[in-house]
Parts: sequence; structure tokens; C-alpha cells
Amino acid sequence: MAETTDAPSVLPARLGALPSIWAALRAYLLVAGMWLRASLAYRTSFWLTMVGNGVTSALDFAVIAIMFLHTRALGGWTLPQVAFLYGTAGMTLGLADLAVGSLDQLGQRVRDGSVDTVLIRPAAALAQLCADRFALRRLGRVLQSALVLLWSVSRLHLDWTPGRVLVTLLLLVCGSVIFGSVFVAGGAFQFFAADAAEVQNSVTYGGSAMLQYPPTIYARELVRGVVYGVPLAFVNWLPAMYVLGLPDRLGLPGWFRFASPIAALLCATAAGLAWRAALRSYRSTGS
Amino acid sequence: MPPVLDDVHPPCPPPPDPPPVPPSRSGALPALRPAVGLYAAVGRGSFRRYATYRAATWSGALTNSVFGFFIAYTYRALWEVRPHLGGYDLSSALTYVWLGQAMLMPVAAMGGGIQDDLEARISNGDIAVDLYRPVDQQAWWLAADLGRAGYHLLSRGVLPLLVGGLFFRLRMPAGGLAEAALTWCGFLVSVLLAVTVSFSLRYMTSLTGFWLLDARGVRQVALVLGMFFSGFLLPLTLFPSTLGQISEHLPWAGMVQIPEDVFLQRRTGAALLTGLGLQLGWAALLLGAGRLVQRAAAAKVVVQGG
Repeated sequence: MAETTDAPSVLPARLGALPSIWAALRAYLLVAGMWLRASLAYRTSFWLTMVGNGVTSALDFAVIAIMFLHTRALGGWTLPQVAFLYGTAGMTLGLADLAVGSLDQLGQRVRDGSVDTVLIRPAAALAQLCADRFALRRLGRVLQSALVLLWSVSRLHLDWTPGRVLVTLLLLVCGSVIFGSVFVAGGAFQFFAADAAEVQNSVTYGGSAMLQYPPTIYARELVRGVVYGVPLAFVNWLPAMYVLGLPDRLGLPGWFRFASPIAALLCATAAGLAWRAALRSYRSTGS
Repeated sequence: MPPVLDDVHPPCPPPPDPPPVPPSRSGALPALRPAVGLYAAVGRGSFRRYATYRAATWSGALTNSVFGFFIAYTYRALWEVRPHLGGYDLSSALTYVWLGQAMLMPVAAMGGGIQDDLEARISNGDIAVDLYRPVDQQAWWLAADLGRAGYHLLSRGVLPLLVGGLFFRLRMPAGGLAEAALTWCGFLVSVLLAVTVSFSLRYMTSLTGFWLLDARGVRQVALVLGMFFSGFLLPLTLFPSTLGQISEHLPWAGMVQIPEDVFLQRRTGAALLTGLGLQLGWAALLLGAGRLVQRAAAAKVVVQGG
């Protein structure tokens, strides 16, 4: 008898963390589904934006291709090798953008006070805000980058050892987590500086633009910044050196090539802490 | 490599206010002088409105500078292998990058500017009120966009150029005082025309909202064309030959490529005049086409009372 009375109080404590993650995921899917239906209401526009999204990101590759019309190597890397960087940078940014990219509109919501509506709902604020205005059209970039990546792999003639396959898969997962963390940290920043949303573009879109090219073309200080500062080098530069079998001209520790999971974990933790701090310090505009 | 941003919004700081000031000075038949005064006031109001968002300006200038660095490094890598590629030496090529970043926002090569406001007013129906006003719609929005461009030129144009000049050796207009002054004047006229060409294209893009209800798709297509054919990503002279020659005569060339070449003194004398002439011709043609679209759009409006 005593056990049954105990049960309800024990259960939530024991399973506390897990159900809240499920609840957050459910909230995310519900909000995202709603926006998906909304965007499908204007079908012409939806398909145009989806295709346009892929084509826009393909322009970057067109530029690279045009550059290679005039040269055979850039920073010592060949076109298929640069295409590997391009494909992985685009896919990881694209996946992060698809999942949590909506956070870059958070400043707008802080300004007009509509964050309040989100906060009073009985669901995780981060999940709701990430799914806010969920845009499936962003899949355009992911698909286009995946095509370039496939083309690059077909041209590289690599010996696909299990190690290389594993590092490539890890690259895609960890890279997306690193970019996703930047989006979350950027969202946290917008609680403090509501109309400075563009700062985060320089890290996300700018970072991805930088990762499309070999590290050898950049100044040493810049490369050091994306290794030890915002660790974007772990998204693709470092693992790519292992996969492509290229020598390290940057003079970094050899195990850094396999350290992407650690970098991703650190980024996610830092972003989570920043988000909590921002949410706690939030004061409504009162409008 | 360029700030190709997935959705149409990232790079344009969307100042959230509803559009400019209420209009309507007085009589139904405004004489020319009051009309000019009215549009000047609209332009000034738009300038001030964008100037209000200081943090947005600073963060935007920072973003343009960061992208400037990345693109400049890629250009340097290419030009070190192929000096004088496309007729630009390394210093000109680097100037091309930073000047491109400086013009990106004023010219709104990636879309934006008045588009955000205009599209919002079309989709929520406020446009019906605008159509009642005794002003010319196209002129009104052009004035607002020129005011915006003026502010962006002074803030997000000048700042990245200064940053670029600090870290790279850029090529400023050379020659005697008269020649340099002439180049600067030509450049400013060319930028003014570039904004006008860009406006006329963006205005028509937004008006498709009257038919499609949601202009985002068309806007994305316009973005792609604008980015690629304006010469913002790469000078058009680097394109494969036929494509390059064609694109140099399309309206988008007037948005980035021509002002750049005027600044770099690749267009002087007769070439300067033909460049400006091309911009002027496209501006006139596209503004005319915009008026036709505007008339058709206005005829489509149904006001549901209530």
C-alpha cells in the first residue's frame, strides 16, 4: 500500500529530464508543422523559394567553378578538394539553419514584445522559438550542397577506409551541432541587443563562406581565431585534412583532426548556458 | 563565398516601423514645386528612420567588413596565381571586393530596402489606403528608397571601405585633382543610377504580390539574378566569354559592375558616358515598365469594407 502512495512523487523526479526533452521535441514538431502547413498555402511561392534557395547557395559554387576556370589550384587545393569543403560547409550550415535558424529573427520578437507570448506557454521556449517560422525551403541549400559533396567524392578517388567514412559522418553531425550552437548563442545575444541580429550572420553565413575555401589562403591569425575562438575549424577544415589525406600546414596538434565531437560538445554546452542566462535576464518591453 | 544568405531577410536590418510619414499636403492637383518638396520630405524621413537604428547599423557594417575579409582573401589567392586576371591588378581586385561590400546595402543588390514595407502593406491590405493618397506611388517609394540608400551609403558604405583600406592596399581614384574629382563625381552619379535601377526591379518584384499574394518566391529568384549578373560575386569580365559579354549589357550590370569600373577608372571619357548611359536607359525603361505593372495591380485591388 505504501508503495502506491509513494509512486507518483518518485516518478517525476526520476524521469524528470527525459520527459521534458520529449515534451520540447513535441512542441518543436507541433510548431514546425503549423508553419509548414502555412507555407504550403502559397504553393507557387513555396516551390520558388525552395528552388531559389538551392540556386542561391549554388551561386557560391558557381563562383568557385569560375575561379577554377582561371587556375588549377587555390591555396594548393584542387577543385574536388575545395568542393569537399564547400559541400560539407553548406550541408552543416544548412541543417543547422533548417533546425534552429529561425532564432535569428528573435530580435524582432524581443522588440515587439511577442516573446512574452512564447514564455507563458507551457512548453520549452527554446523549442518554440527554434520552430518559429519553420522554413522547409531551407532544405534547398542542404540538397544542393549534398549534390556538390557527392560530385566531389566521385572525383576525389579516395580509398574509403572505415576511418574516413566515420570521420565524414561525424563531420556532418558535429558540424551541424557547432553551427546550431552559434545560432542559439546568437539568439541569446539578441535578448540583450535586439536590433543587432546581423552580428550573428557574420559568424554563421560568414563562417560558412570562409569554410568553403582552404585554410591556407587565410591569414594565420584568422585561422587561429576559428580554431581557438569560435571553433569553426572543427566543422570541416580539420576533419577534411584527415579525410583528404592532406598535410597540416597550420602546425596544429594532430589529434585536432578527430576532436570535432569535443568541440561540438563544448559549443553546445556554452550555447545552452548562454541561452539560460539570457532567458533569465529577459525583461519584457511591456508592449 | 559572398554573403549569399539563404532566406531573403538576413542581411537587411528590417526596421520594424510601418512605412514613412503620412502624405497629402493639400490640393488634389499639386503643382510641381510642392510635389518635389513632398518627395524630398519622404526621402528625408526615410533617411532619419534608418538612422535611428544605430545598433543595426554597427552590426551591419561589422558583417559587411567580415565578409569583405573572407572574399578579399579568396580574391588574393586567385590573383596571386593569375595577376591581372580580367584586366584587374591585385590592388584593383581587392578594391573591387571592398567597394562591393560598401555598395551592397545602398544598392540593395540582394533585395530589401523598401521591399519589406511594400510587401507587408500589400499582403495586409494597407496598400488600399496608399492608393487613395494623392501621390504617385512609384515616386513615393523611390523617394523613400533613395533616402534609405543615402543613409546606408554614409554608414554601411563608408565603414567597410575604411576597414578594408586599413588592412589592404586599396586603389583610390588617381590622377590630378581634376581627374580624381571627376572620377568621384562620376562614381556618385553612377551609384545614384544603380540605386534607381535596383529600385525599379525591386518595385516590380514586390508588386507581383498583388497576384501571388506572397512575393517571397519571386523575390528569391530576383535575388539570384541580381547577385550573379550584377558582378557582385565576381567581376563580369571573369565570366566565360559569351555569358560575360551578354551580362555586361543587362540591367544588373548597372547595379555593381559599372559603378565599380567608374571608381577604378576603367571607364573614363567615352566609356564613362556609355556606362552611365546604359544605366540611365535601363532605369528609364524599367521605371516605365513598373508604371504599367502598377496600373494593372491597382486595377486588381478589391477593398472589402467593414
